[in-house]
Amino acid sequence: MRRGLDQLRYFPNDSRSNQEMLDKIGVSQASDLFSAIPESLRLQGGLKIVEPKSEYALLKELKAKAADYPADLPSFLGAGAYRRFIPSAISALVSRAEFLTAYTPYQPEVSQGTLQAMFEFQSLLCELTGMEVANASMYEAGSAAAEAVMMAKRVNPKPNKVLLSAGLHPEYAETIKTYLSFGDYQIVTIPLLSSGQTDLELLEKELDQNALCSVLQVVNFYGVIEDQAAHGALLAKSKALNIAVLPEMTSLGLIQTPGQHGADIFVGEGQSLGLPLSYGGPYLGVFGCKKEYMRKMPGRLSGLSEDSRGNRAFCLTLSTREQHIRREKATSNICSNQALCALWVTIYLSLLGKEGLKDLARINMSKTRYALEQIRSQTKLKPRYTGRVYNEFCLELPCNATLWIDKLLHEGLMAGVDLARFGQTEGGILISVTELNSKAEIDLLVSKLGEL
Amino acid sequence: MNPGKAGLVFHEPLLFELGGQNKRGVELPEMDLPIISDEELLGGNLRQSPNLPELSEPEVVRHFTRLSQWNYSLDGGFYPLGSCTMKYNPKMAEVAANLDGFAQAHPYAPHGSNQGLKRLLFELQNDLAEISGMDTVCLHPAAGSHGELLGLMLIRAYHNHRGDSARTQILIPDSAHGTNPSSASICHLDAITLPSGPDGLIDLNTLDQMMNEKIAGIMITNPNTCGLFEERIKEVCDLVHARGGLVYLDGANMNAMVGVTRPGDFGADVLHFNTHKTFATPHGGGGPGAGPVGVKAILEPFLPKPVLVERNGKVEWNNDRPRSIGKVRSFYGNVGVLIRAWTYIRSLGPKGLRQMTLNAVTNANYLKALLEDHFEVPFKQHRAMHEVLLTDKRQKENHVSTLDLAKGLIEAGYHPPTIYFPLVVEGAMLIEPTETESKETLDQFAQTLIELGKKGHDELAALPKTAAVGRVDEVLANRKPILRWEA
Repeated sequence: MRRGLDQLRYFPNDSRSNQEMLDKIGVSQASDLFSAIPESLRLQGGLKIVEPKSEYALLKELKAKAADYPADLPSFLGAGAYRRFIPSAISALVSRAEFLTAYTPYQPEVSQGTLQAMFEFQSLLCELTGMEVANASMYEAGSAAAEAVMMAKRVNPKPNKVLLSAGLHPEYAETIKTYLSFGDYQIVTIPLLSSGQTDLELLEKELDQNALCSVLQVVNFYGVIEDQAAHGALLAKSKALNIAVLPEMTSLGLIQTPGQHGADIFVGEGQSLGLPLSYGGPYLGVFGCKKEYMRKMPGRLSGLSEDSRGNRAFCLTLSTREQHIRREKATSNICSNQALCALWVTIYLSLLGKEGLKDLARINMSKTRYALEQIRSQTKLKPRYTGRVYNEFCLELPCNATLWIDKLLHEGLMAGVDLARFGQTEGGILISVTELNSKAEIDLLVSKLGEL
Repeated sequence: MNPGKAGLVFHEPLLFELGGQNKRGVELPEMDLPIISDEELLGGNLRQSPNLPELSEPEVVRHFTRLSQWNYSLDGGFYPLGSCTMKYNPKMAEVAANLDGFAQAHPYAPHGSNQGLKRLLFELQNDLAEISGMDTVCLHPAAGSHGELLGLMLIRAYHNHRGDSARTQILIPDSAHGTNPSSASICHLDAITLPSGPDGLIDLNTLDQMMNEKIAGIMITNPNTCGLFEERIKEVCDLVHARGGLVYLDGANMNAMVGVTRPGDFGADVLHFNTHKTFATPHGGGGPGAGPVGVKAILEPFLPKPVLVERNGKVEWNNDRPRSIGKVRSFYGNVGVLIRAWTYIRSLGPKGLRQMTLNAVTNANYLKALLEDHFEVPFKQHRAMHEVLLTDKRQKENHVSTLDLAKGLIEAGYHPPTIYFPLVVEGAMLIEPTETESKETLDQFAQTLIELGKKGHDELAALPKTAAVGRVDEVLANRKPILRWEA
C-alpha cells in the first residue's frame, strides 16, 4: 500500500515538520509559496504521467526491459564502442558515494580525492598518448573532435579548410560538420587507398595556405592502422594543425603515440579503456594537446599546488579559459564533463599497468589476426582493405548485411555492424574481435561466413 | 607504506609514487590462441612502453579508497550549492543502470535486440515532454550546456530555414549562468547582455528597446539565478515572439517548477533539462550528466539524428530526417544517466514529483526565514523559490567576506553554498537546500552560518584547520601550471 505524499521515501520531513516550517515562513500551505507564478500559468489537473510503483515493482519492470537485450550472446560488435573485460574492483570503487555523490571540485579543501584522481588521469593519459597536456575529460570523442577543430581555429584564426580523413568514424565526421555548419568553414574529405589508409598524396595537395587542420583517425573506422609517421611529416611542413583521433585506445599498448608523430591535438574515446557499453553513453572524451596550446584548450584541469601549511595540494586551474569566468570568450561551453568515467578509466589503467596494457593489445591483435586468417582460408570472402588492422576489419558480403546480421541474431550470434547504418552500400560489415571472443566463437563466426 | 597520519587523516602519494614492478591488478581472460610477436603484428614501428604504474589489486583499491575519503559528498552531508540542486540520489537508480541488459547493450546491436531499452528511452522522452509542456524531447545532449548548444543550433536552423539568417545575436540576462553566453559563442551567435531591472527581474521596457530584427531569441533562466520567478514571463515570451525571436529556457532551475507550472505553457520554444539536478542522477564529481532538450513542433524537424519513433507498436530509431541539423555527438545520449532519470520519475509519479517541488520551495523559504534577520537578502520583496540568495554586505562592515564564511562552513563540516554567483549582486551566497534535507539539518546549518557571521576576519581567515588540506594556493597553480606527474 502506498503511503501519503508526506511520507515518500526520498523526503525526510513529515507533515508536522513541514507545517512547522510553513508557520515560520508565515504561510498556511506550501502552494501559497508560488504566489509569484500567475494563476493562469499554473498547471491545472496534474501531470499526465504514469502512477508510481514501489521499488520492488519498478525493479521488476526494469529487469524485464533489460532482459530484451541478449547480453550473453557471443558478439563481434565494435565500430567505436568496444566490448571489454571490466575488473570488479572498478565498480566497487566508483560506486563509493564520496566519488559518486560529490559535485565538481570547486572547493579544493573538501575535494582533494577528486582533484588528485583528476591529476592522475591527466598524467596517465599523457603517458599513454605521448601528449604534453591532457584535460580532465570531454563528453565523448565526436563532440570532442568538433571542439578540437574549433580549438585549431583559435590557434590559427585565418585559414578555414578542414581536412577530414574518410577513415574517421562517420558519426564523428557528422558531429564535426554539424558544429562547423554555423561558422565559416570549408570541409574536404580525403579518401582512402585500397590499403584502407588515408590517401596522403591527395592530402598533401590540399595542404595549402588555407588549410586549417588535418583530422586523422589513427586506427581508422575500418580498423586499419594509419601511417602516422608519414602524416606527421607532411603536417610538419604545413601550418595546418595535426589532429589525431582514436576510438580504440587500448591499441596504444603497442602502436606508436600521436605525440611522437607530432599531433598538435589528440582526441580519444575512453570507452575502450574499460567503460561499459551502456548503449552509447556515458562515454569519455579524451583531449590532449601540446603545451604551447594549453591556454586555448577546452575543459577542466587539475593542477598541482600547495596549501597554507606548505603541503602538496591540488586545485582546478587555468580556469580563466572556462565559461564560469570568461563567459562568451571562454574556450568552450563545457561545464559538467564525464568526471566519473575519467575516474573509471584511471582505475582501469592502474589495474592493468604497463605490461597489462601491452598484453591486452597483443591479445586483441592476435585474435583478430587469427579471425582474418581463418576467413581467408575457410571462406570465399575478402576484407575490403589490405592494410594492417588492430582489432577490427571490414568485409564485403555477397548479400544484404543487415538481413544476414538479423538472421545470425536468431542463430545466437551478434556478427558485426552493418555499414548500411552509415549510408554505405548494403554488403559492408565491420567485425571487431576483442579479448572477450574465444577461439570457439571466432570459429563459429567463420563457419557462418563460410556459408555465404 | 604510508601509514595514516592520525586517525582517518591519510598521507596518500600519487599513483606514480607507489612504485612496484612486474605487478598488475587484473587477470585478463584466458588466451586460447597463440600470441603473435609484436614484431610480426606491427612490422617494426613499436612504441616505447607507456610509463603506467604497476600495482596489485589491493594496492589500487586502497589508493582510491583513501582518495575518496578526502571528498565531501552528498551522501555524507549537506551540500547546499545554489543552482546545482544537490539532492539525494536514490540507490535503486544505480541498480537499474547497471543491469546487464542495459550496461552491456551495444549501440549498434541488431535492430530487434533491445526493444526494452528503446521503449524506456521513448517513455522518458514522453514524460519529459509532459513535465515541461513541450511537444517532443531529444535525449542526445551529454550535459546541460551541451543541451544549450543544441537548442541554440535549432534556433539558428529555424531562422536560416525561413531565410531570416540576419538573426545572429541572442539576448542573455546579466544574471545568467556563464554557460549561456559561452554556448552562444560556440554556435556563432553574439551574446548581448540584457540588464536586469531594479527588482532583479527582466524589465519589459528594456527588452522592448533591445529586440530587433538581428535578435534570434532570448535565453532565460526561470526561476532566475537570484532564485526569483520571472513574474512577467508570459509577457516576455509574447514580446520576443511578436518580434520574430524564439525563447530558450535554461532548465537548471526546473526543481522549482515540476508539477506546478510548465515552460511550454508560458511560451518557451526550446529548453534543456539537467537530469543531474532535477531528476536526481548523481553528479559524479563533475559528471556525467545528461541534458535532454525539449522543443515545440516548429523546431522538431531540425532535431539531431536519429529520433525515436513508435511504429506498429515498436520503438525504432528514424534516420530519415532531411531538415535535421546533423549530430551533436556520437550515438544517442548518456543512456546510463537517462535510465536513472526514468527510474526517479517512475518512482515518484505525478503527485510525488509535484510534492518534490513543494518541499524544495518550502525548505528554501524556511532557510530564508531563519537567515533574513542576520544577512542581507537582495530583492527581499520577492518570494524565494527553490533557493535563497544572501550577500555578505552586513558582515563586510566587520571585514568578513563570503569566502571567509564559506571556509568557515567547511571547518564546521558543511559544503559551502555557491559563492560569488550570480554576478548581479556583490558577495553572493546562493543556497539551495533541496527537498531531501530535513528541518533539523536546516536548523543546524542556519545556526552555524549565523554564528560564523558574528566572528572576526582573522579567526575565519585561518580556516579550514581540520580539512585534509588548508586553503590551496590557486594563484601559484595558475602562474606555474603543473598539470601532470613527471618523474
